[in-house]
Order: sequence, then structure tokens, then C-alpha cells
Amino acid sequence: MSGYVIEGATGPWELVIGLEVHAQVVSKAKLFSGASAEYGAEPNSQVSFVDAAFPGMLPVINGECVAQAVRTGLGLNAEINLVSRFDRKNYFYADLPAGYQISQFAHPIVGKGVIEIELEGGAIRPIGVTRLHLEQDAGKSMHDQHPALSFIDLNRAGVALMEIVSEPDMRTPEEAGAYLRKLRTIMRYLGTCDGNMEEGSMRADVNVSVRRAGEPFRTRCEIKNVNSVRFVMQAIEAEARRQVEIWEAGGEVQQETRLYDPGRGETRSMRSKEDAHDYRYFPDPDLLPLVIEQAWVDELAAGLPELPDAKKARFMSQYGLPAYDAGVLVMEQATADFYEAVARGRDGKIAANWMLGDFFAGLNRMGRGIADSPVSAERLGGLLDLLADATINGRIAKEVMEAMMETGEEAAAIVEARGLRQVTDTGAIDGAVDQVLAANPDKLAEYKGGKDKLFGFFVGQVMKAMGGKGNPALVNEALKRKL
Amino acid sequence: MASASAALDPAAVRRIARLARIRLADEDVAQLQTELGAILGWIEQLNEVDVSGVDPLASVGSATLAFREDAVTDGDQTEAVLANAPARSGPFYTVPKVVE
Amino acid sequence: MTLEFTLSGARDALRARRISSRELTEAHLATIAELEPELHAFITVTPEQALAQADAADAAIGRGEGGPLAGLPVAIKDLFCTKGVKTTAASRILEPFVPPYESTVTANMLRDGAVFLGKTNLDEFAMGSSTTTSAFGPTINPWQRRGSNTQLVPGGSSGGSAAAVAAGMALASTGTDTGGSIRQPASFCGIVGMKPTYGRCSRWGVVAFASSLDQPGPFARTVEDAAILLGSMAGHDPKDSTSVNRPVPDYAAACRRGVKGLRIGIPREYRADGTPAEIEALWNQGIAWLRDAGAEIVDVSLPHTKYGLATYYIVAPAEASSNLARYDGVRFGLRVPANDLTDLYEETRAAGFGAEVRRRILIGTYVLSAGYYDAYYLKAQKVRALILRDFTDAFERVDALLTPTAPSAAFGLGEKSDDPVQMYLNDVFTVPASMAGVPGISVPAGLDTDGLPLGLQVLGRHFDEETVFAVGAALEAAAGFSARPGIRMEAGR
Repeated sequence: MSGYVIEGATGPWELVIGLEVHAQVVSKAKLFSGASAEYGAEPNSQVSFVDAAFPGMLPVINGECVAQAVRTGLGLNAEINLVSRFDRKNYFYADLPAGYQISQFAHPIVGKGVIEIELEGGAIRPIGVTRLHLEQDAGKSMHDQHPALSFIDLNRAGVALMEIVSEPDMRTPEEAGAYLRKLRTIMRYLGTCDGNMEEGSMRADVNVSVRRAGEPFRTRCEIKNVNSVRFVMQAIEAEARRQVEIWEAGGEVQQETRLYDPGRGETRSMRSKEDAHDYRYFPDPDLLPLVIEQAWVDELAAGLPELPDAKKARFMSQYGLPAYDAGVLVMEQATADFYEAVARGRDGKIAANWMLGDFFAGLNRMGRGIADSPVSAERLGGLLDLLADATINGRIAKEVMEAMMETGEEAAAIVEARGLRQVTDTGAIDGAVDQVLAANPDKLAEYKGGKDKLFGFFVGQVMKAMGGKGNPALVNEALKRKL
Repeated sequence: MASASAALDPAAVRRIARLARIRLADEDVAQLQTELGAILGWIEQLNEVDVSGVDPLASVGSATLAFREDAVTDGDQTEAVLANAPARSGPFYTVPKVVE
Repeated sequence: MTLEFTLSGARDALRARRISSRELTEAHLATIAELEPELHAFITVTPEQALAQADAADAAIGRGEGGPLAGLPVAIKDLFCTKGVKTTAASRILEPFVPPYESTVTANMLRDGAVFLGKTNLDEFAMGSSTTTSAFGPTINPWQRRGSNTQLVPGGSSGGSAAAVAAGMALASTGTDTGGSIRQPASFCGIVGMKPTYGRCSRWGVVAFASSLDQPGPFARTVEDAAILLGSMAGHDPKDSTSVNRPVPDYAAACRRGVKGLRIGIPREYRADGTPAEIEALWNQGIAWLRDAGAEIVDVSLPHTKYGLATYYIVAPAEASSNLARYDGVRFGLRVPANDLTDLYEETRAAGFGAEVRRRILIGTYVLSAGYYDAYYLKAQKVRALILRDFTDAFERVDALLTPTAPSAAFGLGEKSDDPVQMYLNDVFTVPASMAGVPGISVPAGLDTDGLPLGLQVLGRHFDEETVFAVGAALEAAAGFSARPGIRMEAGR
């Protein structure tokens, strides 16, 4: 299928990859308490007695978190389960105040869905989603603040998480990366998770196993809490190689939980799991079954924004864009909106080319993004208008774009101020052509002698002589006449 | 139903105590084997009950979960949350260092 | 002097200014001071707070603003978190704990003007039926066998609250009932105790034992008093997802309804082998009383009754094992210092939990553990569904059920402690109603040959506490129970 294999001494090995993503739900308050779910507050300042599991405290569910889970499920084209249930997952850890996490084990709120990923070369693959459920996040323990103590901050304890489990459908690190990026894009469109892996609002646990082609699945290992797409891809490769080595040496891969060490480029076993956890799941008796109405789900569906796949398809048909370009433009909703503002009433392909080319390049150079772009969509559109009515040519437009980024001024003003209008006066053009031909007799001779490629050289020289302002079509035509 | 007269061996008692994070002295283990075994043996009588076609009780009433509004109504009480802590450092709870 | 008052009578006297709350409270504090060394019904007495509350109540009554419980001295089971007042659940692991919040039930009572005398003793974490598992020593039943001064248990887990009311240390008190922990001590102490429908009273701020069973409820010396107190305790609480949103009716008025035309079911499975003849006889007497009062007596069957205990002793410990995981020495309560986290947990919990709590946590952990969940917990929840169905089927044909409350009168302090299973059998008549969530009351109905009180239990439909109170009141009227316990303040003090 993908053809990606790891070559072992005894032959090629396929990868089998599954991803479990923990996505923090965008909401004001936590899943079962009224404390704030915002990131970055002073330690233990966003903690309800419920979050801290004080005696007698009880959970009450935040309806918006349920809505966000449903929206995400809809965005994954998944089954929404109108009846679901919360279970307790029991284990002891310093950042888990109650000694159990409220999660959904047997009856999750969202069932099977699918995410379509795009790969290099434009291929599209569907990756299955097994389920999505709601659960509480744990607090944070810091082990590096003191030689003998770990410090516990419960601000994050109780924040709503969506756990999204994929089918083991991925076969290459690239597919895993594409899946994560697409999932992040979908959730950002929906406003259900901001997908910020560095801040920890989206975390991935990676399940990796290897096998010979056609075999059933072999033992897998889980690599926990990988916090960037790049590291996910690296970790998969490192872990797959480790497993191949073991199998090739005649050993057996042990099912275990591991961590990825980016410094060393390898995974290592988590020592704390000496005995396998027995989570003793049972229905949380402080909560009743979660029952939602189809009418409410339909209302939520009606309120969803246009999602990336649909937007991409529309960009292709409405603006005539190729798949790749459309795909890049829809990766962030803000980018797509910006594009449409630029493309409105203009040539969509030209708008896309300029955005994807010089505009993005300029932003990258300045370390900016769409959100803090010094050039607004309106202004970029203004530049394209000047091109479209031949006030300026393409080369000048690049210059103007750079100036717009630096100064924040609009295109027309810059063109006027710097006298950059395109020269269409054929007399001036002829004059420049004659000048260039006269200045380059040897090149002219080579051209006449059959070196056709030199035409581009002459174009460049004429443009240079004209300060870049010559109308390219007229320059071409004049050169053709005189050569 | 699992037979509890394949009662509890010492390893099982220790495993459960570990899951429950309660330290057992060696002399406790034998006594607990007996006591827990007796309780589990007594519970075995549920084997007699025919539960085919019966759903486990989800809740005593017929109610379903009521939603809370998404509003910040709690927190911002660092001192109250830490006041009962047996060990703290500034705004943090502290525990013996965990090595991961 | 305090035993002369009922809650209702004291309320009238306060409103008529025949007595002040301060006087009433001082009298109760004096009774406590006198009897505590012998009875040990309290873990914490709060005299200063009580007197301050009494003074505030007197002022409110003076302005004509007193609430339904204004100025009435009551006792609170030390399982309810009371803000600023130590709350221990009778456990070493919570001995240092001072809650920064007030439970909803006690907040309701304070809203209505109650005066809190202190926190009463209980079995540790409400696990027990004798109050002998308290980490702070047992409570002694103010009743004694005729001609004997053997110390008897008050029942449990709410033994302190029951003893306090029986001995006149409080006009009324709160308890919690998970498998019988209000009804059985009420029976052992010759007073009224009521477990409302599951979800009637809020569990927010009540230290959790078994979440799907726990229910706060009132103790008092009369049925009407219990109804008055429940009226304040009950009500919807949005902070408790299992709390039911139904209005609170006038329970005191329901006590006066009578039983004419009501159908009373007598479940044949409650006639167990080995039930003492006296209890059988009292039950038959109760049947006769209700018939004479105009009720129709109907034979009914609750076929799964005998499985109630086994089901309870799977479900309750399972939930408890999870609910008690939070007692880990990190954020509150006892901590035994250690060098690593696992040791911290294990040493703290070993030192902090008593033997019965440890047993139940271990049983609970076991029945939920891998490989056993289906066989034990899942099966128990299915049998529980059958027990509930027994009740709903019976309530198609009758309006209430009459049964004995306990299979014995109060027993001696050391008598049943060796075999946990023997202790569990105390709950045989009370547990099925807990599993089904239906309301139940125990009313003192007579004395056994040793002169010890015996109670009769009335069970009703979900949220039909009114019928339960009506039948209870009818029994109370017919029984004319007026015996007093031997350990009490002498007359004239």
C-alpha cells in the first residue's frame, strides 16, 4: 500500500500505527466543576474543592463540554451516541486527587468516524477513528523544583479532555503526522480545541508495532505524551527500528509503555509501571447516564462552520485551485478566510499564487502569521488590482509587496511615491531594446547563431534598463521584432 | 461466578492491598485471607440468582444528567485549598519526589 | 429536663417565649456534660458556637423572623462537613480535617435557624452497625438490659446521633443511612429514624461511603419531629447530580393523615428463620394496630429479599474502595511521612484506616478487579435491579410495607465483633430498601423481655415519604411507646 518498510536483515517490515490524542476542550470552566479551565494561571488558583477531591465533593457536568465533544464527533463524520456513561478509572498518582479519573470506558459519547489525510503527491487516505470520549485531565506534578520533593499544581485537574482514538490504520510516520495535523485543523475550525501541542492542549500517545506483510498484528508498545508532530514522526521511526531489531534477533517485543527522548532519538521504558495497572473501571455512581436528544445534536450540526474538506472542495471548484493549493489555504480557518477576502471579485488562481508565494514568504521572513500580518486582505487585494489593470507588472508587484510589508502602506500609494507604474510606451521600450542590443554584440551574435536561450538574457537586460517597469508582453514583442 | 473457595492466597491479598495502597504487616495477611475469604464465600450465594435478560441497575431513579452552565463560578481560593495540606511549599502541595 | 421536650413542643415553647433558645441550649449542653463520660455520643461538642447560634435565634424569634428550626438544639453526625468545625468521619485519617465548606443538608438546617450542639460519633466512615469501629471509641447505648449494667451498642453507623436523641442530649439529630445506618440505631435506641428516598436529600458535603446508597436523614423522638427535621434537610441541590428536583411537601402535615383505606403489604420473605419470637410478635402486633386503624393488610412477596445483603456487601464496598482513595495524606488529613510516594500512601492509609474500613476497601478492590468485575459487581447490580423490581411490583398492589427493623435488640459491646459476617446480618431487614432507594422509617413499637426497645419499619414508594410518615404516625399512636432509657439525666436537674 504505502510501500514504506523498514529493512531488516531478514527482510522488510511494515509499520502499524495507531494514535490516541488527548485534546483539551475549549471551555471557560472545567468538565465537572466551576473552576476556570484557562491555561497559565498562578499555581492552585483555579481549583475547586471538587477538583481537589475534598471529602463530600461531587461532580456536576458542564454542558458546553458535552457540546464540544459532539461538535468534534460531527467534524470527524462519526456516530454520536445519544446515551453514554461515565466510568471511574481507578489508580493512585500525586496529580490525581480523587485516586480515580472520571472517564468514559464502556459507552463513549462518540463512536466510529473517519479522518481523510493528504499525503505528498496528493494521495488521499481515510484513517478510521474508533471512538471519542470525555474525561478529566490530571493536575501537574513538577519533579525538578526541589531535590527531595515533587510539587503538585491542581489547576489542570478536572479540565475537560476529549480522548480520540484512531484505528491502527496508519503505516508510515508521514501518515501519522498528516493525521495529527488534520485532526488539529478540524478541531481548530470547530473551536473545540486549540491544538497547541507545545502548551499541552493536544497530546499524542503513539501505538507502534511492526509485522511482515500480510501477517496479523504483533505486540505493540505505547509511546506516551509526545508533544510535537515532528517528535511523533521521529518516535515512530525510532520505536519501529527498535522492535525490528528485537524480532530479527529472535526475541519478542514486550508490551510496555515507553517515552520518547528526542535528545537521544530513542524510546525508553517507563520505570514506574512495574505492575500493569488494573483500573477497575465501574460506572461512576455520583453521575447519571448522559442522555442527549437528536434534536440538540442536529442544532449543533447546523451551527458548525464549513469544515476543511468541504472548504477545500469548494475552493477547487469555485476558484479553480489545484488540490494542493486549496489544501494549504484551508489548513487554518483564518488563512482560508483571508484568502477568500482577497479572492472576492478577483481572479482566484492569481490570488492563491500570490498568497502561497511572495505573501507567505514575506510573512515567514518577518516571523509573522496571518493573525498579525502587516498587510491586510484588503490591501493585498489592492495590490492584485494594480496588477490586473496593468498599472504594474509582476516584477514590480513583488517589490511593492515587500514595501507594503515593511511600511504597512497600501500598494497604490507606494507605486505613486516610487514611480513604479509600468511603462507601456512602445517608444521607450524600443529605445531600451536598441540600447541593450547595442551593448551586447557578442551575445547578439550567439543568439543569431542559434542560441535561443539567450532571449531570456535580453529580456532581463531590457527590464533592468527600464528599472523593472517595462510591460513584459510589450518587451517580449519588441525584442522578437528586433532580434 | 468465580469461586472464592479457590479462596484468597497470600499473593492475592498482597496484590489487592497494593492496588488499594494499604500497607499490610506480614501478620495481617493470614487473618485477612480468612476474613476476606469468609466474606467472599458468603457472597457466593448470588450464584443462585437467575439474572438472564436483566440489565444492571444504572440509577435508582429514571433521571439523567442535568447540565451545568459553562461559567467560572469557583476556584480563586488558593489558601483555602491548601489550608489542610499536611505539606506544602508556597502555593504547591508537596510529596516525596517521584522518579518517572 | 430535656427529655420532656419534643422538637415540635420546644418550637412552640420558643415561639410563645415560654423558654429561650439559650436556656434550652444550656440545658442540653448540661445534659451532654453529665452523660458524655458514660455514653460518648459526641466526637466534638461546640458549646460556644451553639450558644452564639442560640442567641441569634432568640433575636430572630423576637423579631418574628425565626425559621422552622429556629433555636432548636440538634446534633450532627460527624460525617457531615461543617465549616470551621473539625469533621473526622470517626477516622484517624481525617482527625485533623477542618472543612472549609458546609454540607448542603446542614446549611439548610442553619438557614432554618437550628442550633448545632456538636458532631456525633459513628462507625468509621459509616461502615458498621454498632458504632464500635469508631477510631475514637464506641458510643454506649443509654438503654440497658433490665437488671444488668452490661454496656450495649447503640447500633450503627449513626450510633452517636441515635444515643444523643435517646438520652435527651439533643432534641433531634442527623444521620446517614446506606444499608440501615439510621433505621437500625433508631430501633436499638428506642427512637424514630428515617431514611428518605435516594436523591431526596443532597449528599454534597457528606463524606461519601457508597455513593449510590448514602442518604442523609433525621433522628427524633417522635414521627412528627422527624418529619419537621426532614422538611428542612430535604430539597434539590444542583451541586449533587443525583439530587432529585422535586418540591418538598409538608411532611409534618402528612403525619396526621391516618391510614384509613391504605393497603399495607406484609412481605413474607421478612419472616426469616431464627428471628426471635418477640420480634415476630411485635410485627404481628403492628399488623393488628394498622388494621384497627383502618388499613387493609395484604400479603406480598419480595422474592429477592434474601440476596439483599450479599448484593449490598459487593456494591457498597466497591464504591467505598473508590470513594476512599482520596484519603492519601497529600491534601488534607493524616500524613505518615515517607521517602517515596507509594510508601506515603501505604503507610498513611494503613495508619489511618481501622480494620473494618480496611476490610471493606479490600473487598471492594477485589470485586472490581480484573477478572472479577463481571462475576461480582456486574452481577450484583443485576440482582439489585431485581430487588428494585420486587418493590415496584409490590407497590402496584400496596401503598406501604410493614416489617421489623432489626433481627434483634441492642447487643452487648463485645458480643458480635469477631465475625464480620455476623455483624453484617444486622442489616438484613434494612438493606433491601437501600438497594431499591425507597424511603423507610423505624418507629419504636415495644420492648423485649429484657426491657430493650424494638422498632418496626415502614417502607414506601419513591418520593412518597408522606405515606411513610402517615403509617409511622399511626403505629406510634397505637404503640404508645413511652419507656425511657436507664442512662439519662435525673429528673429535676
